[in-house]
Amino acid sequence: MMTAPITATPEPAATPAAERSATPAVVPHPAAPTRNAAAEQAAANQRIAMRRRTEIAARIAAPLLGILVFLTAWYAISTMGSIPGPAKTWEAAKVVFGDPTYKNGPNDQGIAWKVLGSLERVGIGFGLAALVGIPLGFVIGRFLFLRNMAEPVISLLRPVSPLAWLPIGLLVFKGAAPAAIWTIFISSIWPMVINTAVGVQRVPQDYLNVARVLNLSEWKVFSKILFPAVLPYMLTGVRLSIGVAWLVIVAAEMLTGGVGLGFWVWDEWNNLKVENIIIAIFVIGIIGLALEYTLLMIAKRWQYD
Amino acid sequence: MERYLHIEQAGMIFETRQGAFTALRDINLEIQKGEFVTLIGHSGCGKSTLLNLIAGLTLPTSGYLFLSERQIGGPGPDRGVVFQNHSLLPWLTCFENIHLAVERVFAEKESKAQLRERTQKALEMVGLTQAAEKRPHEISGGMKQRVGIARALAMEPKVLLLDEPFGALDALTRAKLQDELMRIVAATGSTVVMVTHDVDEAVLLADRVVMMTNGPAATIGEILSIDLPRPRERLAMASEPRYLAARKAVLEFLYQKQLKAA
Ligand SMILES: Nc1ncnc2c1ncn2[C@@H]1O[C@H](COP(=O)(O)OP(=O)(O)OP(=O)(O)O)[C@@H](O)[C@H]1O
Ligand SMILES: [Mg+2]
Repeated sequence: MMTAPITATPEPAATPAAERSATPAVVPHPAAPTRNAAAEQAAANQRIAMRRRTEIAARIAAPLLGILVFLTAWYAISTMGSIPGPAKTWEAAKVVFGDPTYKNGPNDQGIAWKVLGSLERVGIGFGLAALVGIPLGFVIGRFLFLRNMAEPVISLLRPVSPLAWLPIGLLVFKGAAPAAIWTIFISSIWPMVINTAVGVQRVPQDYLNVARVLNLSEWKVFSKILFPAVLPYMLTGVRLSIGVAWLVIVAAEMLTGGVGLGFWVWDEWNNLKVENIIIAIFVIGIIGLALEYTLLMIAKRWQYD
Repeated sequence: MERYLHIEQAGMIFETRQGAFTALRDINLEIQKGEFVTLIGHSGCGKSTLLNLIAGLTLPTSGYLFLSERQIGGPGPDRGVVFQNHSLLPWLTCFENIHLAVERVFAEKESKAQLRERTQKALEMVGLTQAAEKRPHEISGGMKQRVGIARALAMEPKVLLLDEPFGALDALTRAKLQDELMRIVAATGSTVVMVTHDVDEAVLLADRVVMMTNGPAATIGEILSIDLPRPRERLAMASEPRYLAARKAVLEFLYQKQLKAA
């Protein structure tokens, strides 16, 4: 690329200075806005407001329409017999949520206790997975040798169906409750390990160069550069892990029993109270959605640009 | 003459997938204390590579580099670097970005209040007191570059290393920052090595312009001393014969002697 020498080519857009100074009064351009301009502005505002209203209407209408289609399909299927329809499920839901905190013995408790029971197992299993998985991800990401060591093992274990781990848990921990937690732990740990490790590898070299030039201590490198740079990846891992944990808990509880949503589904299947199974499905879906949404919100707070 | 920054027969060979790649060879250069040196050459000739050698971010595969008679064996806070792309940490405010550097250099000798004052002063120096609590993505490209310079300056380095610090900026901002840099360097008496690909920038700022030959195996082609008095006034330079002659010499080097085979 050549630096162009300054030539005498006249710029077509610029008025020659002499001409400008000869006719100083004829410059209407920056004058005050006329009534016409104000009217145009108002019309534009109106158009914008109108468009925004239709946009908002569409934003609200589309999901409502989706739910309506879903309910219709559900109703249509229910008319065929075996599945209770929306109305019947609604009646059953009133009963279930009418007394959410009753306790009739160890295995018959209100919906609130079931939800809490499931959340507690997920919380413990997932919490332990985070405690182990995130630091593991950091060291795997930082040291190539460890990464190469871990890779075959992780690749082998990760695709294993969660429930295959349950018998191992039952054998080792000699109890249903810890086995369920173990299953959550082992199946939800991988997204955190992998995403954290990828995040560490993707820390821009520029930032690490800054660390080297400033000669920062190991702790400062970790707290001021590595950790914040990896955090978004880590939170993605956490979100995926919680998703997996919540998926797995239902299946695990079906097999291990105890107070929880999964066992409730199984129990109601044995009682043939299908409307309660449908309620359970909704509750599971809504809680999963809430977990996902909460973590998305947290992740958003840690987005840097 | 005291040897200050001193490069002796330095060479850099990268190992690539296609085998060894000689980026630099036979680099010999002595830079005096307080001198302002600009490095110019065609893209890809090895300017950044040379600057990284001085910074200690990479070590030469042959030859030696010394700073005040001590061999450069790695990066250190005695050499402040302003990177080609500012490299501010996006999760820290401008103040915190600078404070991180200040803390590292002065925390042992000074109180917390003194450290904060230093940071504040560095921000003042580049005229960014207003932006102290802003994050990098909330300020303009020119402001980011200024924070980068403030961060490097706040460490009171022996040598300030700048890799095309104004490369990504528009001409007006660039001119303003060049003036600011000249003022700051005049005030602090820093030794500066600055990479640029802008001929005017190279001549206006420098005591000496180091011109590099094309790669591979690039080395120093010519060194041009710019004996113009300081402070240098941009407008006055436009009609200063010595400035124009120097500019012409650099252009000739770049576009006749080192014409890039496109
Ligand atoms: N880490 C590396 N490994 C292999 N080759 C490299 C490496 N770094 C630089 N090079 C090569 O060395 C040469 C010089 O690169 P360098 O970045 O120093 O050029 P430059 O003069 O700074 O260019 P620009 O003006 O475009 O920034 C180039 O051919 C580049 O491909
Ligand atoms: Mg470069």
